[in-house]
Amino acid sequence: MSTTVADASARLRETFGVEAVVDGALVTVAVPREQWLPLGSFAMRELGCRYFNWLSAIDWKEEGLEVVCRVENLDAGLVLTMRTRLGPGETCCASLTGLYRGADWMERECYDMFGIRFEGHPDLRRILLSEDWEGHPLRKDYAVDTPFAPYR
Amino acid sequence: MPDTQAKQVVELGYGGNERLMMNMGPQHPSSHGVFRMILTLEGETVVGVDAVIGYLHRCHEKLGETLTYVQYPSIASKTDYVAAMTSELAYVSAVEKIARIDVPKRAQYLRVIAAELQRIASHCLWLGTWCLDMGGALGGGATVFLYAIREREMVLDRFEELTGARLLYGFHQVGGTRYDVPPGWDTKVRETVDFIEQRIDEYEAMLEHNTFFRVRTQGVGVISRELAQDVGVSGPLIRGSGVNYDVRRAEPYSSYGDFDFVVPVETEGDCYARYRVRMVEFRQSIRIIRQALDGLPAGPISSRPGVKSVGQVRVPKGEGYARVEGARGEVGCYIISDGSPKPYRMKWRGASFSNLAVLPHIVPGHKVADVVAIMGSVDPVFGEVDR
Repeated sequence: MSTTVADASARLRETFGVEAVVDGALVTVAVPREQWLPLGSFAMRELGCRYFNWLSAIDWKEEGLEVVCRVENLDAGLVLTMRTRLGPGETCCASLTGLYRGADWMERECYDMFGIRFEGHPDLRRILLSEDWEGHPLRKDYAVDTPFAPYR
Repeated sequence: MPDTQAKQVVELGYGGNERLMMNMGPQHPSSHGVFRMILTLEGETVVGVDAVIGYLHRCHEKLGETLTYVQYPSIASKTDYVAAMTSELAYVSAVEKIARIDVPKRAQYLRVIAAELQRIASHCLWLGTWCLDMGGALGGGATVFLYAIREREMVLDRFEELTGARLLYGFHQVGGTRYDVPPGWDTKVRETVDFIEQRIDEYEAMLEHNTFFRVRTQGVGVISRELAQDVGVSGPLIRGSGVNYDVRRAEPYSSYGDFDFVVPVETEGDCYARYRVRMVEFRQSIRIIRQALDGLPAGPISSRPGVKSVGQVRVPKGEGYARVEGARGEVGCYIISDGSPKPYRMKWRGASFSNLAVLPHIVPGHKVADVVAIMGSVDPVFGEVDR
């Protein structure tokens, strides 16, 4: 399946009503939280982005968390960056594990570091830190010198 | 314990019907780092894998937010410490991308030479330790390890002459490289790669004519084309599964477009295919190094003045993702800048993390001894998995 950048952004506009930002082969699209899973499904099935590159998040302080995911169509050379804002204080996001098996570990890392709960993830537990760790280190309100629980 | 119960356990145990949980690691020699696998076994066959990582976690991403663009590159090398040149390069490339800093042609060529030498050194370590893991099958085991480490030492000597360090270099800086080549270095590099090229033929003769080696690697740990893309593996793993994906071709950086080289692709997806991909990469890296040395342009090695203070590099507001082809696959760095001397957010895309995530999908169904062979063929570096 071959998809050009212009074609991809036009189809994204048609389906989700949002304007994609195009920079070379990179297409960036931001959708509301409710459309996260439909967007992932569209990227995979319609745009042929079968390569799951990475998923992460950004803490925008008062504005809340944002989830970012990069998937690619290797045959067409199309790179799609999907973004969604969860809203202030929100920590729930739909899981992409049903679409991409690579989302499993990436979402676990994201949960570990940001405390984002991915709904539908089959095994959402900490991956890099130990089970008894308190807090989520990549949140902006987590100080670098926060002592580890037994040594407080 | 009542007699009947004890009897039942013994019967089940010897009959091979019970499931046994076995811990492999965190201090298992085949993991080449600290990695724990909780294996569920039925007899000698693995039916389930729970991979436990994070033993080497230092939260590089938080660290990146607390260090300036000048300070971090030398820390970046501690993510993938076996291929430090490429992880440094990923970080500085991301900064250069956002700040639109040009890199002089000479620095670009030096980066290519360093990256390709690094690939050779890293693949030497992979080959040696992998063959050591499969030891008995290769009639002695340590043979290939000792040979490969000897060759790696030669490359590390070249790095020492270039940067003063053997493992963690601090070679790259935003805008170029920190060091220029010392006099006579290019001759020594040519001699080194000539020697290694000849040795690779010998490794191949030694391994590929060995029936035990073939039996232990062919058809073992097959990653299908679909699984490879779905999980997002990269480097020799995805190329061993029939996907022609190499960042040097997909998104050429640092003048890779100037060089003539072949991206090896194998379709079987097993350990042997990954071995073949890496063996061809050895030769292609040597080829690129020779071309880069021949065409090394004169001129400055950095577009920016030498480092005087930690806050010297200023990056405008914006974000960017830069990726390079490391020895293990796509090493990427995603940076969001808020205009201050430190990134607002930095994300590492470690090749080993995604590559290792494929293990739970391919290990079940294999014997315990195959787990070691598969682990070695994935070639994870835990500094990069845990970051």
